[in-house]
Amino acid sequence: MLEQLNEKDFGTPRRIAEQEVTLEIDGMQVTVAAGTSIMRAAAESGVNVPKLCATDSLEPFGSCRLCLVEIEGRKGYPASCTTPAEQGMKVRTQSPKLQELRKGVMELYISDHPLDCLTCAANGNCELQDMAGVTGLREVRYGYDGENHIHSQKDESNPYFTYDPSKCIVCNRCVRACEETQGTYALTISGRGFESRVSPGQDQPFMDSECVSCGACVQACPTATLQEKTVIAIGQAEHSVVTTCAYCGVGCSFKAEMKGSEVVRMVPDKNGHANEGHSCVKGRFAWGYATHQDRILKPMIRSKITDPWREVSWAEALDYAAAEFKRIQKKYGRDSVGGIVSSRCTNEEGYLVQKLVRTAFGNNNVDTCARVCHSPTGYGLKQTLGESAGTQTFKSVEHSDVIMVIGANPTDAHPVFASRMKKRLLNGAKLIVIDPRHIDLVRSPHVEADFHLPLKPGTNVAMLSSIAHVIVTEGLMATDFIAQRCEDKAFQQWRDFVALPENSPEAMQDVTGVQAELVRGAARLYATGGNAAIYYGLGVTEHAQGSTAVMGIANLAMATGNIGREGVGVNPLRGQNNVQGSCDIGSFPHELPGYRHVSDSTTRHLFEQAWGVEIQPEPGLRIPNMFDAALDGSFKGVYCQGEDIVQSDPNTQHVTAALSAMECIVVQDIFMNETAMYAHVFLPGSSFLEKDGTFTNAERRISRIRKVMPPKAGYADWEVTVQLARRLGYEMNYAHPAEIMDEIARLTPTFHGVSYAKLDQLGSIQWPCNDDAPLGTPIMHVDQFVRGKGKFIITKYVATDEKVTRKFPLILTTGRILSQYNVGAQTRRTENVQWHEQDLLEIHPHDAEERGIKDGGWVNIQSRAGDTVLRAKVSERMQPGVVYTTFHFPESGANVITTENSDWATNCPEYKVTAVQVMPVSEPSGWQKKYTRFSKAQQALLEQAQQGTT
Amino acid sequence: MDIKNLIHMANQIGGFFEAMPDREEALLGISGHLQHFWEPRMRKQLLEYVDAEDGKELKPIVVSAMRAHRNRLLPQH
Ligand code: SF4
Ligand code: SF4
Ligand code: SF4
Ligand code: FES
Repeated sequence: MLEQLNEKDFGTPRRIAEQEVTLEIDGMQVTVAAGTSIMRAAAESGVNVPKLCATDSLEPFGSCRLCLVEIEGRKGYPASCTTPAEQGMKVRTQSPKLQELRKGVMELYISDHPLDCLTCAANGNCELQDMAGVTGLREVRYGYDGENHIHSQKDESNPYFTYDPSKCIVCNRCVRACEETQGTYALTISGRGFESRVSPGQDQPFMDSECVSCGACVQACPTATLQEKTVIAIGQAEHSVVTTCAYCGVGCSFKAEMKGSEVVRMVPDKNGHANEGHSCVKGRFAWGYATHQDRILKPMIRSKITDPWREVSWAEALDYAAAEFKRIQKKYGRDSVGGIVSSRCTNEEGYLVQKLVRTAFGNNNVDTCARVCHSPTGYGLKQTLGESAGTQTFKSVEHSDVIMVIGANPTDAHPVFASRMKKRLLNGAKLIVIDPRHIDLVRSPHVEADFHLPLKPGTNVAMLSSIAHVIVTEGLMATDFIAQRCEDKAFQQWRDFVALPENSPEAMQDVTGVQAELVRGAARLYATGGNAAIYYGLGVTEHAQGSTAVMGIANLAMATGNIGREGVGVNPLRGQNNVQGSCDIGSFPHELPGYRHVSDSTTRHLFEQAWGVEIQPEPGLRIPNMFDAALDGSFKGVYCQGEDIVQSDPNTQHVTAALSAMECIVVQDIFMNETAMYAHVFLPGSSFLEKDGTFTNAERRISRIRKVMPPKAGYADWEVTVQLARRLGYEMNYAHPAEIMDEIARLTPTFHGVSYAKLDQLGSIQWPCNDDAPLGTPIMHVDQFVRGKGKFIITKYVATDEKVTRKFPLILTTGRILSQYNVGAQTRRTENVQWHEQDLLEIHPHDAEERGIKDGGWVNIQSRAGDTVLRAKVSERMQPGVVYTTFHFPESGANVITTENSDWATNCPEYKVTAVQVMPVSEPSGWQKKYTRFSKAQQALLEQAQQGTT
Repeated sequence: MDIKNLIHMANQIGGFFEAMPDREEALLGISGHLQHFWEPRMRKQLLEYVDAEDGKELKPIVVSAMRAHRNRLLPQH
């Protein structure tokens, strides 16, 4: 019954080699790449050799002895998983002797295995059971009363899976999965012989060990020893649907295993191009929020935010919202309303929101939360390389010799990509980490950075210029590449600029705080170490000079010729699942889909023809400009889809003051988020399981999400936008999101070749996908840059205005951790809280001692924007003078402290640098007390609606 | 809108383009950036500030750019 759910397992990984070998297996001629195991060669030709310790995601181990074969001219019975196929070999996979040997092996396994198959959670999906069948085991001569493990204690500490040692066959697959697939090394086999068992850490429960709950071991386990708790609770699935994780920008592909419309488990998809069968704790396990009781399923309206909510029909809510927007535009003018769409929404949803704003509202006031994370990437890469996107595939890292990670913490924020990166590092690539913090990559089991440049927050541009200085002045440039591929005048100006003595690592040492020799070493390694790739994250973009730093990174790649082939490139690690996509499809106020400026009349006319309206040629308001305009009375209404601006934007008090000054805030979300507490209309959203659409990940890869259950509130989000547009007087007609994608493809050159049919056929597509590249474009800028010639841009370091002073002597920087996701609305509603139940302030022991701060004690963090109170975590990971926190819980108020200082080019907030003072305290901050009161009052107004008491 | 904030943002933009060795290119860069990324009501307010108060808290290069390319900064509609 479950066969259709499981992919064929070829036993050992695919080998890639130019040379092929031909051999004979059971009388059949088989040709495979040299280095392929006999087991895989057999499986590829349809012959399945029995196996237990082998699986095709892991290197062969050769321990179970079930896969024995006979090879003509060789003595004994070699294991087919560890023996490579050779030219001319003649192999037999079945014979009476082999059958007898295999049966003997199975007998030993089964004699120490509980025979509760009928009631076992893996029943129907157990390889041990399958092998007992295949080997024809009919009796167990040793009996079951010998020494056994049947009464061993289960470890149920992990919230998502159990470990039942009584069922373990010590095949080592889990241990290898943790090492090879995940790179965490949390598991070992402890004890010897009969005593041997799998053990997390030092014989600890899973939750106390190094385990990060990625699920790779559970996936690899052939028995019910490691088993998802949901499978134990509800049984095996009956069908599955391929979809895409809705959390981070890695965009892992999953099979949603279903029982009717109930999810049984999410299993990473072996054929998924972004993840190739791996996952992290969020996508694999933390999907329970989608059916959480906090979901709001009825539309609601109210005329003032102090009024109780009133549950109404969809028609009434949409009529009300449309009438309000019309009233406001009539009273305050066309430009007094706008829309915001989250980068968590699908491409199709984002496209419709910007279309609604540009057609029904008739202005360009639309923005996306990519504003607050990667807008500098869009700007910086467009200026230098010509396209607002990363240049590579994730897989490209397998060809890198030097990996430079700047302002990113992939093991926490992009875990599945981090595993790939670690694999390459284990195989010899060199690593440079540029980060104020001692992030895990700097030193973790078997991985150590060759250079860690622990710079002061806010000095990326100084650092990048001094790296460039070394490359230029020490003659390490790729001169031929530059001459052929880049604009000469701009190059010469840049070269002269970075060569100035003031940009040398020695001169910049006081600014960056990093020893010049380290910088020189790292620069030499990057320029001369072979294929060098840069991966960067929000630690680069979320600064006053975010865009400048992105350009600095592109300059380095061009100067060393590290662009346009496998293993190199400029790789932004995007935060949310669809940051790339939301920018691609026109969610910015100055751009139509495909990054074409609204002032470009050819593009505007194209859309005007298609949409039948006039499009404004001037850029609209960005999110922070909307707040400023709201405060001066010229912006009064916003349609906000899936985005929690109150929790995620900087300077919370400024944001809430702006929202309080507005007259109609329409929030479309699955939960009553912080922004919804300031809203007048609530439109229930649908989770990624309830709709069709596409997400575009950090590699420009467009992947499908597929509906596995009906929308809980009745409509998918795109249907709601369509209905709102109609009520505003603009007709939209789509029967399915596929038609929205067709429209995007028709109007956007880089998407011309994209369709749902092609996505079904290829699995996923990296744009550009058009007549020039019908199957998509894995690597960009191969023969020439998208803009023609690459453009070097001068990146002068300008110190941020957010300076430390006597009053605010420390720098606060913010980030996230593995188990929680951004504002936490999803992950806080899952068992992931077991790993992180509150935001903490990390502080160096020296700074803590100076202030009398104890580990675990309450501290007040004060900036010029506001103050909040968190518990302290005294940690050597911090450098003195720098403190750090996450922002996953609204009551933490991390953004009460951050200021509205922002990137000069894009207004991306400077989340990574806030001058603060930290002091021990005994009670919450004034803001927190106010917040608690406000949020309780809002909760009461919501409950009144739900009880129908209004 | 908050003029202080507009001034601050405009000065940041000036700070970036100021580094260009070719002054004409820098002036074009500043005015082009404002034209392409600032919503008209923001440009209008900053222009008014330049006119009324001589842009005194603005970097000189920003004032020069706005004066030299005034036309492209005026709202197009
Ligand atoms: S869940 Fe992942 S990290 Fe934890 S033991 Fe298994 S493979 Fe290792
Ligand atoms: S827990 Fe599973 S994968 Fe690990 S050794 Fe035991 S049976 Fe094999
Ligand atoms: S790495 Fe990102 S996309 Fe992949 S499972 Fe984890 S959260 Fe989802
Ligand atoms: S599968 Fe080959 S030895 Fe186990």
